[in-house]
Amino acid sequence: MTGPSERGTVVSRAGSPTEATEADLRALESNILTTTVGRVVSWARKNSLWPAQFGLACCAIEMIATAQARFDIARFGSEAFRASPRQADLMIVSGRVSQKMAPVVKHIYEQMLEPKWVIAMGDCASCGGVFNNYALVQGVDKLIPVDVYVAGCPPRPEALLYGFLKLQELIAEPAHRRRR
Amino acid sequence: MTRPEDVLVQRLGETVLEQVRFRDDLTLIVPREQMLRALEIARSTGFRLLTDLTAVDRHPAQPRFDVIYMLTSVEQHARIRFMVHLAAEQTMPSATSLWPGANWLEREVFDLFGIRFDGHPDLRRILMPDDWEGHPLRKDYPLVEEPVEFKGHTPKVPSQIIPKSKPKPL
Amino acid sequence: MGPQHPATHGVLRLVLELEGEVILNLEPVIGYLHTGFEKEMETRTYHQNIVFPPRIEYLATFIEEQAYVLAVEKLLGITAPKRAEVIRLILAELSRIASHLVYLGTAAIDLNVTSLLMYCFRDREEILDIFEMVSGQRMMHGYFRIGGLQWDLPQGFAERVQRFLDDLPRRLDEYETLLTDNLIWRKRTEGVAVLSAEDAIRYGCTGPVLRGSGVSYDVRKAFPYGGYADYEFDVPVGSNGDAFDRYRVRMDEMRQSRRIILQALRRLPEGPILVDDRKVALPPRRELVRSMEAVIHQFKLVSEGIHPPAGEVYASVESPRGEKGYYIVSDGSNRPVRVRVRSASFNNLQALPVMLSRGTVADVVVAIASIDIVLGDVDR
Repeated sequence: MTGPSERGTVVSRAGSPTEATEADLRALESNILTTTVGRVVSWARKNSLWPAQFGLACCAIEMIATAQARFDIARFGSEAFRASPRQADLMIVSGRVSQKMAPVVKHIYEQMLEPKWVIAMGDCASCGGVFNNYALVQGVDKLIPVDVYVAGCPPRPEALLYGFLKLQELIAEPAHRRRR
Repeated sequence: MTRPEDVLVQRLGETVLEQVRFRDDLTLIVPREQMLRALEIARSTGFRLLTDLTAVDRHPAQPRFDVIYMLTSVEQHARIRFMVHLAAEQTMPSATSLWPGANWLEREVFDLFGIRFDGHPDLRRILMPDDWEGHPLRKDYPLVEEPVEFKGHTPKVPSQIIPKSKPKPL
Repeated sequence: MGPQHPATHGVLRLVLELEGEVILNLEPVIGYLHTGFEKEMETRTYHQNIVFPPRIEYLATFIEEQAYVLAVEKLLGITAPKRAEVIRLILAELSRIASHLVYLGTAAIDLNVTSLLMYCFRDREEILDIFEMVSGQRMMHGYFRIGGLQWDLPQGFAERVQRFLDDLPRRLDEYETLLTDNLIWRKRTEGVAVLSAEDAIRYGCTGPVLRGSGVSYDVRKAFPYGGYADYEFDVPVGSNGDAFDRYRVRMDEMRQSRRIILQALRRLPEGPILVDDRKVALPPRRELVRSMEAVIHQFKLVSEGIHPPAGEVYASVESPRGEKGYYIVSDGSNRPVRVRVRSASFNNLQALPVMLSRGTVADVVVAIASIDIVLGDVDR
């Protein structure tokens, strides 16, 4: 170890590991962060989820409201809603999925790159909602795997943000406890 | 000052089978063959805006369909409604020769009811997928409700929560 | 331009045939949001159906509810009490302002004026706060009833609305300064998506699309409903039929809506908010304790619903997009035989190919924004 004038803060005056003292070990602990690659990557992913612009119906208006000044979703990391699904990692299915739209939803989901997550926003995307009829797919989970369901017709922006935070918790869990 | 609707009724004369006045609305029932002519006369009387073109399925009553044309006079603030009684397999003449705006409206009636329009430039489905079978708004087409599982609860479909009652005079 | 596109204002598909940047042929493909509203409404009673209209045109929710409720009231031959009428009018005009704010924000962001989206939605949040105060819901209210309203206004409503309206002109002036004298905005919208008055009528267009082309047709003036005949307001009309004129028409409409609401607030009468007819509207709860007939009426209304006379009516309102009408056919039972929603956006969208006949791809975005479509309204 060289002196303070040449190197900056001195962590330990010990010359070799056999000379290390208790104080040295405690100093080391408070200055070094140990973690796994998985946790760092999960932390980065969950804090920068970029949704794809996939507004279908009324819930899309609440999704836009969530991205605006009052219920800012950018403070949770979703700074940009990407127009292209290839640049997005989150698909918020906001609205009712009709028969004609179903293949499009599947196509766009397949265009997204791994890892990707899906939030089914609203009652229509979760289970068909108010409409139990020939024209709608009863829940988007009949087409694509969904991670978080946010109930409401339409869900309040706060509800969507809560679902968003739940998704972040889901992403942060270690890999062996999740299916992905 | 005569109202535009009365002027129109006078000009149509024999073409009108029946006039129905209900709650300030005037509906003129016209036979199918005279429909285009009646629409043309209405348009020249000032009812230039085709507000709506739709159909009603009266199954099992005959004739099965009512095709409704709603016209508005923008300058004179008047409205008129034409109704044609149409049997199940009959076709209607297309109004696209008079109003290009009837194009999508007739496509929608074809899509949802199956009524074909002669002379329509491009009659195909508009709201349902192109390969869909059946015409959803017909009375014999089911609503296709998915029953929901509740513990010990019937009915299991929303439309049966309050069932349809018999027609009752008020 | 596929159904998933940031500038199509919803799930609209456009098939464009291009030569370089010039459009030779344009065909809108719709149906990606078809929900089967009309069939769904045939399977429910008239009261259960109040849930559906706000979901059809989800940007002007109170106006849509007003349209349906007025149609059923016309079928029954009743009118709501005066207080209910004035409250409906205030909420409908607030809906109109909210919808035009969304139009302004989205039309601006399509041309990359990103700050306006933030401003307009911030203003819209204040209107949604008022709606939440009144009905409990920001968007899909279910507040209007056949014969009146669900419950009376909360305290502080008039002050809240007044505060919002006092601030509105300053904000609208700000937005106009940003856009109206902006060279880029004018170059992108003037002379673009031109629709002549003749074409507009031939395609059945109504609303700002028709008024921007010079035809002064507003359902509130032509076929007054809900008390509009007693209020003083102008109907702004454009002259060229281009996107810029439609923008001006909507900006002026917001100011006229404010004028109407100010008059209505001064005239808000006291009184009942639900019609007295026991075969149509629920009796007040305190009567249930004393009167057996009230209990029976309540039971009948809740378990069966109302039974309008057999017949057909058409009632329309002026939605921010145009003429929104409900054509209801009844056979005397508790369910309608047919509910037809005359959708303003459906007819307005038909004129899109005409507007863009020799336009460029860049004009498509401006044209769609200027028609201000709501896909829920187009596809139903």
